[in-house]
Amino acid sequence: MTSSAMPPVSPVPEPQAAVDAAPGTGPVGTLLTERPPVPATTGPMIAIDGVSKWYGDFQVLTNCTTSVTKGEVVVVCGPSGSGKSTLIKCVNALEPFQKGQITVDGTKIADKKTNLPKLRSRVGMVFQHFELFPHLSITDNLSLAQRKVLGRSRDEAEAKGLALLERVGLKAHAHKFPGQLSGGQQQRVAIARALAMNPIVMLFDEPTSALDPEMVGEVLDVMVELAREGMTMMVVTHELGFAREVADTVVYMDQGGIVEAGTPAEVLGGPREARTRSFLSAVIG
Amino acid sequence: MFSNFDFGVILNSWRYLFLDGMTFTLTLTALAAVGGVILGTLIAMMRLSGLPVLPQIAKVYVNFMRSLPLVLVIFWFYFLVPYIGQWIIGAERPIQVGAFSSSLITFTLFEAAYFSEIMRAGIQSIPKGQGAAASALGLTYWQSMGSVILPQAFRNMLPVLLTQTIVLFQDTSLVYVLSITDFLGAASKIAQRDGRLVEMYLFAAVVYFTVCFIASLLVRRLQRRVAIIR
Repeated sequence: MTSSAMPPVSPVPEPQAAVDAAPGTGPVGTLLTERPPVPATTGPMIAIDGVSKWYGDFQVLTNCTTSVTKGEVVVVCGPSGSGKSTLIKCVNALEPFQKGQITVDGTKIADKKTNLPKLRSRVGMVFQHFELFPHLSITDNLSLAQRKVLGRSRDEAEAKGLALLERVGLKAHAHKFPGQLSGGQQQRVAIARALAMNPIVMLFDEPTSALDPEMVGEVLDVMVELAREGMTMMVVTHELGFAREVADTVVYMDQGGIVEAGTPAEVLGGPREARTRSFLSAVIG
Repeated sequence: MFSNFDFGVILNSWRYLFLDGMTFTLTLTALAAVGGVILGTLIAMMRLSGLPVLPQIAKVYVNFMRSLPLVLVIFWFYFLVPYIGQWIIGAERPIQVGAFSSSLITFTLFEAAYFSEIMRAGIQSIPKGQGAAASALGLTYWQSMGSVILPQAFRNMLPVLLTQTIVLFQDTSLVYVLSITDFLGAASKIAQRDGRLVEMYLFAAVVYFTVCFIASLLVRRLQRRVAIIR
Protein backbone atom coordinates (compact mmCIF):
# COMPACT_ATOMS: atom_id res chain seq x y z
CA MET A 1 0.00 0.00 0.00
CA THR A 2 2.26 2.76 -1.14
CA SER A 3 1.28 6.19 -2.20
CA SER A 4 2.64 5.69 -5.69
CA ALA A 5 -0.10 3.12 -6.38
CA MET A 6 -2.72 5.77 -5.91
CA PRO A 7 -3.79 7.15 -9.25
CA PRO A 8 -5.40 10.52 -9.45
CA VAL A 9 -9.13 10.55 -9.80
CA SER A 10 -10.11 12.37 -12.90
CA PRO A 11 -10.88 15.95 -11.98
CA VAL A 12 -14.31 17.46 -12.25
CA PRO A 13 -15.34 16.13 -15.57
CA GLU A 14 -15.50 17.76 -18.86
CA PRO A 15 -18.79 15.89 -19.57
CA GLN A 16 -17.38 12.53 -18.40
CA ALA A 17 -15.01 11.56 -21.14
CA ALA A 18 -14.90 8.35 -19.13
CA VAL A 19 -14.37 4.74 -19.52
CA ASP A 20 -13.95 3.15 -22.93
CA ALA A 21 -15.63 6.24 -24.36
CA ALA A 22 -19.14 4.93 -23.89
CA PRO A 23 -21.35 6.43 -26.55
CA GLY A 24 -24.67 7.73 -25.39
CA THR A 25 -23.87 8.52 -21.80
CA GLY A 26 -26.71 10.99 -22.03
CA PRO A 27 -29.83 8.84 -22.34
CA VAL A 28 -28.56 6.10 -20.04
CA GLY A 29 -27.84 8.62 -17.36
CA THR A 30 -31.55 8.73 -16.76
CA LEU A 31 -31.63 5.06 -15.83
CA LEU A 32 -30.87 5.73 -12.24
CA THR A 33 -33.61 8.25 -11.81
CA GLU A 34 -36.33 5.93 -13.08
CA ARG A 35 -36.26 3.82 -9.95
CA PRO A 36 -39.38 3.73 -7.83
CA PRO A 37 -39.52 6.48 -5.26
CA VAL A 38 -37.93 5.57 -1.97
CA PRO A 39 -40.57 5.25 0.74
CA ALA A 40 -40.37 8.27 2.91
CA THR A 41 -38.53 7.51 6.09
CA THR A 42 -37.45 9.98 8.64
CA GLY A 43 -34.24 8.24 9.70
CA PRO A 44 -31.01 7.85 7.75
CA MET A 45 -30.65 5.31 4.94
CA ILE A 46 -28.18 3.29 6.96
CA ALA A 47 -27.91 3.63 10.72
CA ILE A 48 -25.17 1.70 12.47
CA ASP A 49 -25.67 1.92 16.19
CA GLY A 50 -23.20 0.58 18.74
CA VAL A 51 -22.23 -2.48 16.71
CA SER A 52 -19.78 -4.95 18.23
CA LYS A 53 -18.65 -8.23 16.78
CA TRP A 54 -16.48 -11.06 18.03
CA TYR A 55 -14.82 -14.02 16.35
CA GLY A 56 -14.73 -16.27 19.39
CA ASP A 57 -12.79 -14.29 21.98
CA PHE A 58 -11.34 -11.87 19.47
CA GLN A 59 -13.25 -8.64 19.12
CA VAL A 60 -13.24 -7.34 15.55
CA LEU A 61 -15.70 -4.47 15.93
CA THR A 62 -16.05 -2.31 19.01
CA ASN A 63 -19.11 -0.18 19.52
CA CYS A 64 -19.25 1.26 15.98
CA THR A 65 -21.76 4.03 15.42
CA THR A 66 -22.21 5.96 12.20
CA SER A 67 -24.87 6.64 9.60
CA VAL A 68 -25.41 7.30 5.92
CA THR A 69 -28.20 9.63 4.91
CA LYS A 70 -29.97 9.56 1.59
CA GLY A 71 -27.76 10.83 -1.22
CA GLU A 72 -24.69 10.88 0.98
CA VAL A 73 -21.33 9.34 0.06
CA VAL A 74 -19.52 7.94 3.09
CA VAL A 75 -15.98 6.70 2.67
CA VAL A 76 -14.60 4.36 5.32
CA CYS A 77 -10.83 4.17 5.44
CA GLY A 78 -8.22 2.81 7.78
CA PRO A 79 -5.34 0.33 7.92
CA SER A 80 -5.89 -3.30 6.96
CA GLY A 81 -7.34 -5.32 9.81
CA SER A 82 -9.17 -2.29 11.15
CA GLY A 83 -12.55 -3.97 10.61
CA LYS A 84 -13.84 -1.70 7.86
CA SER A 85 -14.66 -4.55 5.47
CA THR A 86 -16.29 -6.49 8.29
CA LEU A 87 -18.40 -3.46 9.18
CA ILE A 88 -19.68 -2.94 5.63
CA LYS A 89 -20.52 -6.65 5.36
CA CYS A 90 -22.58 -6.32 8.52
CA VAL A 91 -24.75 -3.71 6.78
CA ASN A 92 -26.38 -6.28 4.48
CA ALA A 93 -26.01 -9.08 7.01
CA LEU A 94 -23.36 -11.02 5.12
CA GLU A 95 -21.58 -11.02 8.48
CA PRO A 96 -23.50 -11.41 11.73
CA PHE A 97 -22.78 -9.19 14.69
CA GLN A 98 -23.45 -9.80 18.36
CA LYS A 99 -24.20 -6.39 19.80
CA GLY A 100 -25.82 -3.19 18.61
CA GLN A 101 -28.21 -2.54 15.79
CA ILE A 102 -28.14 -1.72 12.09
CA THR A 103 -31.14 -0.40 10.21
CA VAL A 104 -31.33 -0.02 6.45
CA ASP A 105 -34.11 2.25 5.23
CA GLY A 106 -35.85 1.79 8.57
CA THR A 107 -35.59 -2.02 8.59
CA LYS A 108 -33.67 -3.69 11.41
CA ILE A 109 -31.42 -6.18 9.69
CA ALA A 110 -30.76 -8.36 12.73
CA ASP A 111 -34.46 -8.76 13.36
CA LYS A 112 -35.51 -12.40 12.86
CA LYS A 113 -38.66 -11.24 11.08
CA THR A 114 -36.72 -9.30 8.45
CA ASN A 115 -36.85 -10.84 5.00
CA LEU A 116 -33.11 -10.70 4.34
CA PRO A 117 -33.11 -11.69 0.65
CA LYS A 118 -35.68 -8.96 -0.03
CA LEU A 119 -33.71 -6.37 1.90
CA ARG A 120 -30.43 -7.35 0.25
CA SER A 121 -31.99 -7.10 -3.20
CA ARG A 122 -32.39 -3.36 -2.52
CA VAL A 123 -28.82 -2.92 -1.30
CA GLY A 124 -26.24 -3.13 -4.06
CA MET A 125 -22.86 -4.55 -3.14
CA VAL A 126 -19.56 -4.54 -4.99
CA PHE A 127 -16.81 -6.86 -3.77
CA GLN A 128 -13.05 -6.63 -3.74
CA HIS A 129 -12.76 -9.71 -5.96
CA PHE A 130 -15.71 -8.81 -8.26
CA GLU A 131 -17.45 -12.16 -7.68
CA LEU A 132 -19.03 -12.32 -11.09
CA PHE A 133 -20.44 -15.78 -11.75
CA PRO A 134 -17.79 -17.38 -13.98
CA HIS A 135 -20.10 -19.99 -15.50
CA LEU A 136 -22.52 -17.37 -16.82
CA SER A 137 -22.11 -14.90 -19.68
CA ILE A 138 -21.97 -11.20 -18.85
CA THR A 139 -25.58 -10.87 -20.01
CA ASP A 140 -26.68 -13.69 -17.72
CA ASN A 141 -24.65 -12.29 -14.84
CA LEU A 142 -26.61 -9.07 -15.17
CA SER A 143 -30.05 -10.64 -15.60
CA LEU A 144 -29.96 -13.60 -13.19
CA ALA A 145 -31.00 -11.79 -10.01
CA GLN A 146 -33.36 -9.45 -11.86
CA ARG A 147 -35.32 -12.47 -13.06
CA LYS A 148 -35.07 -14.66 -9.96
CA VAL A 149 -35.51 -11.99 -7.31
CA LEU A 150 -37.44 -9.16 -8.96
CA GLY A 151 -39.41 -11.43 -11.29
CA ARG A 152 -38.60 -9.44 -14.40
CA SER A 153 -39.01 -11.15 -17.76
CA ARG A 154 -35.92 -12.28 -19.61
CA ASP A 155 -36.33 -9.57 -22.24
CA GLU A 156 -36.82 -6.85 -19.66
CA ALA A 157 -33.88 -8.01 -17.56
CA GLU A 158 -31.54 -8.29 -20.53
CA ALA A 159 -32.53 -4.87 -21.85
CA LYS A 160 -31.90 -3.33 -18.46
CA GLY A 161 -28.60 -5.17 -18.19
CA LEU A 162 -27.50 -4.08 -21.62
CA ALA A 163 -28.35 -0.44 -20.92
CA LEU A 164 -26.26 -0.50 -17.74
CA LEU A 165 -23.47 -2.28 -19.56
CA GLU A 166 -23.47 0.55 -22.08
CA ARG A 167 -23.33 2.97 -19.19
CA VAL A 168 -20.11 1.42 -17.89
CA GLY A 169 -18.79 1.27 -21.45
CA LEU A 170 -18.84 -2.50 -21.92
CA LYS A 171 -21.77 -3.13 -24.22
CA ALA A 172 -19.55 -4.87 -26.76
CA HIS A 173 -18.60 -7.52 -24.20
CA ALA A 174 -22.15 -8.67 -23.36
CA HIS A 175 -21.73 -12.13 -24.88
CA LYS A 176 -18.39 -12.86 -23.23
CA PHE A 177 -17.66 -14.70 -19.99
CA PRO A 178 -16.12 -13.02 -16.94
CA GLY A 179 -12.83 -14.86 -17.38
CA GLN A 180 -12.36 -13.15 -20.74
CA LEU A 181 -12.44 -9.65 -19.24
CA SER A 182 -9.74 -7.71 -17.42
CA GLY A 183 -10.07 -7.00 -13.72
CA GLY A 184 -11.21 -3.44 -14.27
CA GLN A 185 -13.81 -4.54 -16.80
CA GLN A 186 -15.06 -7.26 -14.46
CA GLN A 187 -15.44 -4.77 -11.65
CA ARG A 188 -17.41 -2.41 -13.90
CA VAL A 189 -19.70 -5.32 -14.83
CA ALA A 190 -20.09 -6.05 -11.10
CA ILE A 191 -21.17 -2.45 -10.52
CA ALA A 192 -23.65 -2.71 -13.40
CA ARG A 193 -24.96 -5.98 -11.96
CA ALA A 194 -25.65 -4.30 -8.64
CA LEU A 195 -27.27 -1.27 -10.30
CA ALA A 196 -29.57 -3.53 -12.32
CA MET A 197 -31.48 -4.25 -9.12
CA ASN A 198 -32.37 -0.55 -8.70
CA PRO A 199 -30.69 -0.36 -5.31
CA ILE A 200 -31.55 2.34 -2.80
CA VAL A 201 -27.95 2.32 -1.58
CA MET A 202 -24.66 0.93 -2.87
CA LEU A 203 -21.96 -0.68 -0.73
CA PHE A 204 -18.42 -0.91 -2.07
CA ASP A 205 -15.97 -3.19 -0.28
CA GLU A 206 -12.47 -2.20 -1.41
CA PRO A 207 -13.56 -2.18 -5.06
CA THR A 208 -10.14 -1.29 -6.42
CA SER A 209 -7.82 -3.19 -4.05
CA ALA A 210 -7.54 -6.28 -6.25
CA LEU A 211 -6.95 -4.33 -9.46
CA ASP A 212 -3.77 -3.64 -11.33
CA PRO A 213 -2.88 0.02 -10.83
CA GLU A 214 -3.66 0.99 -14.43
CA MET A 215 -7.23 -0.27 -14.04
CA VAL A 216 -8.10 1.57 -10.86
CA GLY A 217 -9.01 4.76 -12.67
CA GLU A 218 -11.70 3.28 -14.91
CA VAL A 219 -13.53 1.82 -11.90
CA LEU A 220 -13.23 5.00 -9.84
CA ASP A 221 -14.58 7.00 -12.77
CA VAL A 222 -17.76 4.92 -12.75
CA MET A 223 -18.07 5.40 -9.00
CA VAL A 224 -17.52 9.14 -9.22
CA GLU A 225 -20.20 9.41 -11.85
CA LEU A 226 -22.55 7.37 -9.70
CA ALA A 227 -21.92 9.63 -6.73
CA ARG A 228 -22.56 12.74 -8.82
CA GLU A 229 -25.93 11.33 -9.82
CA GLY A 230 -26.94 11.27 -6.19
CA MET A 231 -26.57 7.59 -5.37
CA THR A 232 -26.30 6.88 -1.66
CA MET A 233 -22.97 5.14 -1.20
CA MET A 234 -20.88 3.57 1.53
CA VAL A 235 -17.38 2.92 0.28
CA VAL A 236 -14.52 1.10 1.95
CA THR A 237 -11.37 2.12 0.13
CA HIS A 238 -7.75 3.13 0.35
CA GLU A 239 -8.24 5.60 -2.48
CA LEU A 240 -7.98 8.84 -0.55
CA GLY A 241 -8.13 10.81 -3.79
CA PHE A 242 -11.62 9.43 -4.32
CA ALA A 243 -12.52 10.26 -0.72
CA ARG A 244 -11.27 13.82 -1.07
CA GLU A 245 -13.17 14.43 -4.27
CA VAL A 246 -16.58 12.83 -3.77
CA ALA A 247 -17.04 11.90 -0.12
CA ASP A 248 -19.43 13.90 2.03
CA THR A 249 -18.17 12.13 5.11
CA VAL A 250 -14.94 10.28 5.78
CA VAL A 251 -14.92 7.73 8.58
CA TYR A 252 -11.55 6.63 9.91
CA MET A 253 -11.40 3.19 11.55
CA ASP A 254 -8.64 1.53 13.51
CA GLN A 255 -8.58 -1.70 15.52
CA GLY A 256 -12.28 -2.35 15.09
CA GLY A 257 -13.46 1.03 16.24
CA ILE A 258 -14.42 4.31 14.61
CA VAL A 259 -11.73 6.79 15.54
CA GLU A 260 -13.14 9.87 13.91
CA ALA A 261 -15.58 11.01 11.27
CA GLY A 262 -16.13 14.26 9.45
CA THR A 263 -15.85 16.00 6.13
CA PRO A 264 -12.88 15.04 3.95
CA ALA A 265 -11.30 18.39 4.77
CA GLU A 266 -11.59 17.73 8.49
CA VAL A 267 -10.45 14.11 8.57
CA LEU A 268 -7.96 14.10 5.70
CA GLY A 269 -6.92 17.75 5.97
CA GLY A 270 -6.52 18.25 9.69
CA PRO A 271 -7.22 15.07 11.65
CA ARG A 272 -7.74 15.48 15.37
CA GLU A 273 -6.58 12.04 16.35
CA ALA A 274 -2.95 10.96 16.39
CA ARG A 275 -3.79 7.56 14.95
CA THR A 276 -5.44 9.17 11.92
CA ARG A 277 -2.46 11.43 11.43
CA SER A 278 0.03 8.57 11.48
CA PHE A 279 -2.13 6.55 9.05
CA LEU A 280 -2.42 9.47 6.66
CA SER A 281 1.27 10.21 6.75
CA ALA A 282 1.99 6.54 6.05
CA VAL A 283 -0.41 6.42 3.11
CA ILE A 284 0.33 9.76 1.57
CA GLY A 285 4.00 9.67 2.48
CA MET B 1 -3.65 -72.75 -26.93
CA PHE B 2 -6.86 -71.31 -28.39
CA SER B 3 -7.15 -74.25 -30.81
CA ASN B 4 -9.89 -76.03 -28.92
CA PHE B 5 -11.79 -72.86 -28.07
CA ASP B 6 -15.13 -72.22 -29.68
CA PHE B 7 -15.87 -68.53 -29.96
CA GLY B 8 -18.98 -69.35 -31.97
CA VAL B 9 -20.78 -69.48 -28.66
CA ILE B 10 -20.66 -65.69 -28.57
CA LEU B 11 -22.17 -65.33 -32.03
CA ASN B 12 -24.98 -67.70 -31.07
CA SER B 13 -25.86 -65.83 -27.93
CA TRP B 14 -25.13 -62.15 -28.60
CA ARG B 15 -28.76 -61.13 -28.64
CA TYR B 16 -29.26 -62.51 -25.16
CA LEU B 17 -25.97 -61.06 -23.93
CA PHE B 18 -26.57 -57.55 -25.19
CA LEU B 19 -30.32 -57.04 -25.55
CA ASP B 20 -31.09 -58.63 -22.20
CA GLY B 21 -27.88 -58.43 -20.22
CA MET B 22 -26.19 -55.24 -21.32
CA THR B 23 -29.47 -53.33 -21.55
CA PHE B 24 -30.15 -54.13 -17.92
CA THR B 25 -26.61 -53.20 -16.87
CA LEU B 26 -26.73 -49.84 -18.65
CA THR B 27 -30.24 -49.04 -17.42
CA LEU B 28 -29.32 -49.78 -13.82
CA THR B 29 -26.08 -47.79 -14.15
CA ALA B 30 -27.81 -44.74 -15.63
CA LEU B 31 -30.74 -44.67 -13.20
CA ALA B 32 -28.57 -45.31 -10.15
CA ALA B 33 -26.07 -42.65 -11.25
CA VAL B 34 -28.78 -40.01 -11.72
CA GLY B 35 -30.52 -40.96 -8.47
CA GLY B 36 -27.22 -41.20 -6.64
CA VAL B 37 -26.03 -37.78 -7.79
CA ILE B 38 -29.32 -36.10 -6.82
CA LEU B 39 -29.48 -37.79 -3.42
CA GLY B 40 -25.73 -37.35 -2.93
CA THR B 41 -26.00 -33.63 -3.64
CA LEU B 42 -28.79 -33.29 -1.07
CA ILE B 43 -26.69 -35.18 1.48
CA ALA B 44 -23.71 -32.93 0.73
CA MET B 45 -25.91 -29.85 1.22
CA MET B 46 -27.14 -31.27 4.53
CA ARG B 47 -23.58 -31.88 5.59
CA LEU B 48 -22.52 -28.32 4.75
CA SER B 49 -25.73 -26.63 5.92
CA GLY B 50 -24.34 -25.58 9.29
CA LEU B 51 -27.74 -26.30 10.82
CA PRO B 52 -28.06 -28.39 13.95
CA VAL B 53 -28.37 -32.19 13.64
CA LEU B 54 -28.58 -32.41 9.81
CA PRO B 55 -24.80 -32.50 9.24
CA GLN B 56 -24.44 -35.29 11.81
CA ILE B 57 -27.17 -37.35 10.16
CA ALA B 58 -25.49 -36.93 6.78
CA LYS B 59 -22.10 -37.82 8.17
CA VAL B 60 -23.32 -40.97 9.90
CA TYR B 61 -25.14 -42.04 6.74
CA VAL B 62 -22.10 -41.56 4.51
CA ASN B 63 -19.68 -43.26 6.87
CA PHE B 64 -22.08 -46.14 7.47
CA MET B 65 -22.62 -46.80 3.76
CA ARG B 66 -18.97 -46.50 2.94
CA SER B 67 -17.94 -49.01 5.57
CA LEU B 68 -20.18 -51.81 4.29
CA PRO B 69 -19.41 -54.14 1.38
CA LEU B 70 -21.78 -53.50 -1.51
CA VAL B 71 -22.79 -57.16 -1.78
CA LEU B 72 -23.91 -57.08 1.83
CA VAL B 73 -26.03 -54.00 1.23
CA ILE B 74 -27.62 -55.61 -1.83
CA PHE B 75 -28.54 -58.68 0.16
CA TRP B 76 -29.67 -56.71 3.13
CA PHE B 77 -32.02 -54.53 1.14
CA TYR B 78 -33.42 -57.39 -0.90
CA PHE B 79 -34.43 -59.36 2.16
CA LEU B 80 -35.19 -56.50 4.51
CA VAL B 81 -37.02 -53.90 2.42
CA PRO B 82 -40.18 -56.06 2.05
CA TYR B 83 -40.41 -56.28 5.85
CA ILE B 84 -39.68 -52.59 6.37
CA GLY B 85 -42.36 -51.81 3.80
CA GLN B 86 -44.76 -54.08 5.60
CA TRP B 87 -43.99 -52.40 8.89
CA ILE B 88 -44.45 -48.91 7.44
CA ILE B 89 -47.71 -49.59 5.65
CA GLY B 90 -48.94 -51.99 8.29
CA ALA B 91 -49.73 -54.65 5.71
CA GLU B 92 -50.33 -58.28 6.60
CA ARG B 93 -47.59 -59.69 4.42
CA PRO B 94 -44.17 -58.44 3.42
CA ILE B 95 -44.66 -56.19 0.39
CA GLN B 96 -43.26 -57.48 -2.85
CA VAL B 97 -40.33 -55.53 -4.20
CA GLY B 98 -39.02 -56.81 -7.50
CA ALA B 99 -35.35 -57.66 -7.86
CA PHE B 100 -34.88 -54.72 -10.23
CA SER B 101 -36.49 -52.14 -7.93
CA SER B 102 -34.60 -53.54 -5.00
CA SER B 103 -31.25 -53.35 -6.79
CA LEU B 104 -32.01 -49.85 -8.09
CA ILE B 105 -32.85 -48.59 -4.58
CA THR B 106 -29.77 -50.25 -3.17
CA PHE B 107 -27.39 -48.83 -5.75
CA THR B 108 -28.90 -45.36 -5.49
CA LEU B 109 -28.59 -45.28 -1.71
CA PHE B 110 -25.12 -46.82 -1.76
CA GLU B 111 -23.67 -44.64 -4.51
CA ALA B 112 -25.25 -41.52 -2.99
CA ALA B 113 -22.76 -41.85 -0.15
CA TYR B 114 -19.85 -41.71 -2.58
CA PHE B 115 -21.39 -39.04 -4.82
CA SER B 116 -22.11 -36.90 -1.76
CA GLU B 117 -18.43 -36.79 -0.87
CA ILE B 118 -17.61 -35.74 -4.43
CA MET B 119 -20.28 -33.03 -4.42
CA ARG B 120 -19.16 -31.86 -0.99
CA ALA B 121 -15.66 -31.33 -2.35
CA GLY B 122 -17.19 -29.61 -5.37
CA ILE B 123 -19.27 -27.21 -3.31
CA GLN B 124 -16.31 -26.43 -1.07
CA SER B 125 -14.16 -25.71 -4.13
CA ILE B 126 -16.35 -22.68 -4.95
CA PRO B 127 -14.97 -19.49 -3.37
CA LYS B 128 -17.03 -18.19 -0.43
CA GLY B 129 -17.44 -14.87 -2.24
CA GLN B 130 -19.67 -16.48 -4.85
CA GLY B 131 -22.25 -17.35 -2.23
CA ALA B 132 -21.87 -13.91 -0.68
CA ALA B 133 -22.41 -12.24 -4.07
CA ALA B 134 -25.51 -14.34 -4.70
CA SER B 135 -26.87 -13.47 -1.25
CA ALA B 136 -26.04 -9.80 -1.72
CA LEU B 137 -28.14 -9.77 -4.89
CA GLY B 138 -31.10 -11.06 -2.90
CA LEU B 139 -31.03 -14.69 -4.01
CA THR B 140 -32.33 -17.14 -1.41
CA TYR B 141 -30.29 -20.15 -0.25
CA TRP B 142 -32.00 -22.45 -2.75
CA GLN B 143 -31.74 -19.96 -5.63
CA SER B 144 -28.08 -19.40 -4.85
CA MET B 145 -27.44 -23.14 -4.74
CA GLY B 146 -29.44 -23.83 -7.90
CA SER B 147 -28.14 -21.00 -10.08
CA VAL B 148 -24.69 -20.19 -8.76
CA ILE B 149 -23.04 -22.79 -6.52
CA LEU B 150 -24.20 -26.18 -7.80
CA PRO B 151 -23.75 -25.47 -11.54
CA GLN B 152 -20.14 -24.54 -10.85
CA ALA B 153 -19.56 -27.39 -8.39
CA PHE B 154 -21.07 -29.84 -10.85
CA ARG B 155 -18.86 -28.64 -13.66
CA ASN B 156 -15.73 -28.78 -11.54
CA MET B 157 -16.56 -32.29 -10.40
CA LEU B 158 -17.94 -33.73 -13.62
CA PRO B 159 -14.82 -35.80 -14.41
CA VAL B 160 -14.82 -37.33 -10.92
CA LEU B 161 -18.56 -37.96 -11.03
CA LEU B 162 -18.24 -39.77 -14.34
CA THR B 163 -15.27 -41.78 -13.13
CA GLN B 164 -17.35 -42.86 -10.15
CA THR B 165 -20.12 -43.78 -12.60
CA ILE B 166 -17.69 -46.04 -14.46
CA VAL B 167 -16.96 -47.77 -11.16
CA LEU B 168 -20.72 -48.06 -10.64
CA PHE B 169 -21.03 -49.64 -14.09
CA GLN B 170 -18.58 -52.34 -13.02
CA ASP B 171 -20.21 -52.79 -9.63
CA THR B 172 -23.62 -53.51 -11.13
CA SER B 173 -22.29 -56.98 -11.93
CA LEU B 174 -22.81 -57.76 -8.24
CA VAL B 175 -26.55 -58.06 -8.83
CA TYR B 176 -25.79 -61.68 -9.74
CA VAL B 177 -26.43 -62.44 -6.08
CA LEU B 178 -30.10 -61.66 -6.72
CA SER B 179 -30.09 -63.93 -9.80
CA ILE B 180 -30.70 -60.92 -12.04
CA THR B 181 -29.54 -61.25 -15.61
CA ASP B 182 -27.18 -58.36 -16.13
CA PHE B 183 -24.43 -58.60 -18.75
CA LEU B 184 -22.11 -60.69 -16.61
CA GLY B 185 -25.01 -62.78 -15.37
CA ALA B 186 -26.07 -63.50 -18.96
CA ALA B 187 -22.54 -64.41 -19.95
CA SER B 188 -22.27 -66.66 -16.93
CA LYS B 189 -25.50 -68.50 -17.73
CA ILE B 190 -24.49 -69.15 -21.34
CA ALA B 191 -21.03 -70.19 -20.26
CA GLN B 192 -22.37 -72.80 -17.91
CA ARG B 193 -25.11 -74.03 -20.22
CA ASP B 194 -22.68 -74.54 -23.12
CA GLY B 195 -19.63 -75.47 -21.07
CA ARG B 196 -17.65 -72.57 -22.56
CA LEU B 197 -16.49 -70.82 -19.41
CA VAL B 198 -13.15 -69.50 -20.59
CA GLU B 199 -14.45 -68.09 -23.87
CA MET B 200 -17.40 -66.34 -22.28
CA TYR B 201 -15.54 -64.84 -19.33
CA LEU B 202 -12.77 -63.71 -21.64
CA PHE B 203 -15.34 -62.07 -23.88
CA ALA B 204 -17.09 -60.46 -20.89
CA ALA B 205 -13.78 -59.01 -19.72
CA VAL B 206 -13.06 -57.57 -23.17
CA VAL B 207 -16.52 -55.96 -23.29
CA TYR B 208 -16.21 -54.43 -19.81
CA PHE B 209 -12.77 -53.13 -20.63
CA THR B 210 -13.87 -51.64 -23.97
CA VAL B 211 -16.89 -49.87 -22.50
CA CYS B 212 -14.91 -48.43 -19.59
CA PHE B 213 -11.99 -47.40 -21.74
CA ILE B 214 -14.16 -45.56 -24.27
CA ALA B 215 -16.11 -43.96 -21.44
CA SER B 216 -12.96 -42.65 -19.82
CA LEU B 217 -11.80 -41.19 -23.15
CA LEU B 218 -15.14 -39.42 -23.47
CA VAL B 219 -14.81 -38.09 -19.93
CA ARG B 220 -11.50 -36.53 -20.81
CA ARG B 221 -12.92 -34.84 -23.92
CA LEU B 222 -15.97 -33.65 -22.05
CA GLN B 223 -13.78 -32.25 -19.30
CA ARG B 224 -12.13 -29.92 -21.77
CA ARG B 225 -15.46 -28.81 -23.18
CA VAL B 226 -17.23 -27.91 -19.93
CA ALA B 227 -14.26 -26.25 -18.22
CA ILE B 228 -15.15 -22.79 -16.93
CA ILE B 229 -13.08 -20.00 -18.41
CA ARG B 230 -11.17 -18.32 -15.61
